[in-house]
Amino acid sequence: MIQTVQQTLLQTGQRLLWVSSCLDLESCLDLERMDTQTKWERTWEASVPQLTNSPTLIVMVGLPARGKTYISKKLSRYLNWIGVPTKVFNLGQYRREAVQSYKNFEFFRPDNEEAMQIRRACATNALEDVVIYFSKEHGQVAVFDATNTTRERRISIVSFSKEKGYKVFFVESICDDPDIIAQNITEVKVSSPDYVNCDKDEAQADFLKRIECYKQTYVPLDDEKDRHLSYIKIFNVGSRYLVNRVQDHIQSRIVYYLMNIHVTPRSIFLSRHGESELNLLGRIGGDSGLSPRGHKYATALGGFIKGQHIKDLKVWTSHMKRTIQTAEHLGIPYEQWKALNEIDAGVCEELTYEDIQENHPEEFALRDQDKYRYRYPKGESYEDLVHRLEPVIMELERQENVLVVCHQAVMRCLLAYLLDKTADELPYLKCPLHTVLKLTPVAYGCRVEHICLNIEAVNTHRERPGNVDITRNPEEALKTIPDHF
Amino acid sequence: MELPNMEYMMRRRCDSAASVPQFTNSPTLIVMVGLPARGKTYISKKLTRYLNWIGVPTKVFNLGQYRREVQSYKSFEFFRPDNEEAMQIRKACASNALKDVVIYFSKEHGQVAVFDATNTTRERRVSIVSFAKEKGYKVFFVESICDDPDIIAQNIADVKVSSPDYLNCDKEEALADFLKRIECYKQTYVPLDDEKDRRLSYIKIFNVGSRYLVNCVRDHIQSRIVYYLMNIHVTPRSIYLSRHGESNMNLLGRIGGDSGLSPRGHKYATALGTFIKSQHIKDLKVWTSHMKRTIQTAEHLGIPYEQWKALNEIDAGVCEEMTYEEIQDNHPEEFALRDQDKYRYRYPKGESYEDLVHRLEPVIMELERQENVLVVCHQAVMRCLLAYLLDKTSDELPYLKCPLHTALKLTPVAYGKLLSNE
Repeated sequence: MIQTVQQTLLQTGQRLLWVSSCLDLESCLDLERMDTQTKWERTWEASVPQLTNSPTLIVMVGLPARGKTYISKKLSRYLNWIGVPTKVFNLGQYRREAVQSYKNFEFFRPDNEEAMQIRRACATNALEDVVIYFSKEHGQVAVFDATNTTRERRISIVSFSKEKGYKVFFVESICDDPDIIAQNITEVKVSSPDYVNCDKDEAQADFLKRIECYKQTYVPLDDEKDRHLSYIKIFNVGSRYLVNRVQDHIQSRIVYYLMNIHVTPRSIFLSRHGESELNLLGRIGGDSGLSPRGHKYATALGGFIKGQHIKDLKVWTSHMKRTIQTAEHLGIPYEQWKALNEIDAGVCEELTYEDIQENHPEEFALRDQDKYRYRYPKGESYEDLVHRLEPVIMELERQENVLVVCHQAVMRCLLAYLLDKTADELPYLKCPLHTVLKLTPVAYGCRVEHICLNIEAVNTHRERPGNVDITRNPEEALKTIPDHF
Repeated sequence: MELPNMEYMMRRRCDSAASVPQFTNSPTLIVMVGLPARGKTYISKKLTRYLNWIGVPTKVFNLGQYRREVQSYKSFEFFRPDNEEAMQIRKACASNALKDVVIYFSKEHGQVAVFDATNTTRERRVSIVSFAKEKGYKVFFVESICDDPDIIAQNIADVKVSSPDYLNCDKEEALADFLKRIECYKQTYVPLDDEKDRRLSYIKIFNVGSRYLVNCVRDHIQSRIVYYLMNIHVTPRSIYLSRHGESNMNLLGRIGGDSGLSPRGHKYATALGTFIKSQHIKDLKVWTSHMKRTIQTAEHLGIPYEQWKALNEIDAGVCEEMTYEEIQDNHPEEFALRDQDKYRYRYPKGESYEDLVHRLEPVIMELERQENVLVVCHQAVMRCLLAYLLDKTSDELPYLKCPLHTALKLTPVAYGKLLSNE
């Protein structure tokens, strides 16, 4: 029997229908749990459902030196980090393989028929590789990094995708600021493989002529004619965006990401909290305060930061005592993010690895088998952590100079994003106590400086042991645990 | 040495958009722009509801309401650009509205104010920008541009014809008058200009979201607003909310945990499946949490479902799997603190409702993008989702009634429509 009651709420514009299903009130005494999965076969569901079905082909559009490759690489790094397998297909690399040595800009003249054939063949090869990536390598997003400056080229890509059942999303970068373009050319073009035997001025001059070749036939995406396509146009490195027909969740996330990144020079500082009381005892998790050495580190960190004379530094910590106590020594206002809290080790919270081996030997082994996806009972996995940290990454992109005082697993996740590490590498990245990492975006990647502040601390890094089988004996399990008191 | 849990009150929270602008304390004035019947009030209300839910105190200032207070409406002639007397009244109303914005920001701890008016002339917008500059407010324009006559006709039928302005008119009269009203505005309408307004921060929404132009987003809150506006749609659909069927823990009066369904719970799941089938819902998406009881409930539906960890029940930390009696025995101060501020109270080693809201934000965003969705979740989670959908305050949220074995069907309707109870 189903009863319904309908109400309308004027203010909010929602009509609410209560549907209650009244069941007979039998008493029930059956309290047995149904465990639908055996321990050994457990799989851990990802935190977020798969929200992409058809693969997506992102097509970059724009004259040379407009940041297409920068955007392609950065976007690809982000998508892979949040768990969407993505790969960049850079047409320049295909061309360099086909035409072993680059002579000069004449290759790109629109009337160079022979070169045109080669360039078309390269594009075809790249798209063939996209098909393989999607159909055989479980790819979900492919970024086609090429100029794609003519309607003709774009139309052929759209029909190719339609035929294969791929969604297409164009990303056009438009820039008419000569300073930005000159800067791009200096940073990445002059040192490109194409100009390996040229001096800087020659390279610069040739590259500018190359751009002219493209300009002759460049037709940007058109507001009217291309109104049925899905795209984002980025003007002048992000001062303005035009977004047309976002089709699905992944395109919406891509747009949000692209609208939050910037190229203003800045540095990101990552540090763990100072050594904590629980660190000393070799216990994981918990919410203890700093040890005396930990306090020393915090003071040293404060000294280091002052010495860097960083403009408008933002400091972020987690909600846990040890990061807050560390930040307190800096003498700068800091903001607390719950999302930066250490991975929740569930039933293993505050245990030593020896305790875990004794009380939960199979869990311990399962974790070594797949440390990225393994979820502690009543706790989290690294994969969950990545999902939890996504808003932090988004805000990190928006900000300029930031110091993040966090925890080992959290720092591994952030570092994996910033340095493009895979899910397999992530849980084993080395993030020792009492060391600051300074990351400065440079060209297409990130320069990393490790600054050890020379305050002693325990080592908390545990390498993957040789034997990860659940039948292993305790010595094999405990082989790689670090020393503690 | 344990610190008392009062700490949670004193922490400067930094997870929501509300607290990120700790360093940019300037309030934000969102200025709607557009001809009548372009969805400005719809957007204003929806955006406000979202911002308040994520913890950013926001309020709408609707110019039409200010005008109705001083002048009873006769006809479109009031809006003729050459009607000097009316112009004075309209300018005075705008001034009053902006004065109230100042009070909202300075005395009522508001952070965002949405100025819901046509703001169709450069002159008006220039004066708002200087007003804001003088006060130290940031300005973000939201312009809605629509030239699809069907959409406009639909809007007029939905909300204008039943507006207080047309209380004593029949539908045809109201429609005709309103169209003439739009014509009055059209004569002086100057949209935001790509060139001249290139230093202003704004988003232009074309034809209910098929296209957006975003210019000079200046900070975190503007970025979140843009993301939200780009994800909402007006396609008709329904959202179904239900808790899992009764669980074994429920029977024992224990909170949290990860138990399976009781026999009655299984019965409910079957009944839910039948109900859903009878609704003949097009392309229904079903979402559950990662916990057994929601998954078992969804299993009975016979439809593919997707699991979200974000939909997991609130983590009761040290109180997990306890009865309320046990909590009173073992943690009487915690129990009392929770009753003092149920929204912000965080279980030791657990979560608060406020944390839940933050955790659920991506779910809400995806809910906005989707069409027909059934969410099978938990009591605290459902309260948070319901509070968002029904614009409940954080004080009301933790006490919203979400009984077991009851499904809620929410269907967006125009904000002004009156429907009878069945």
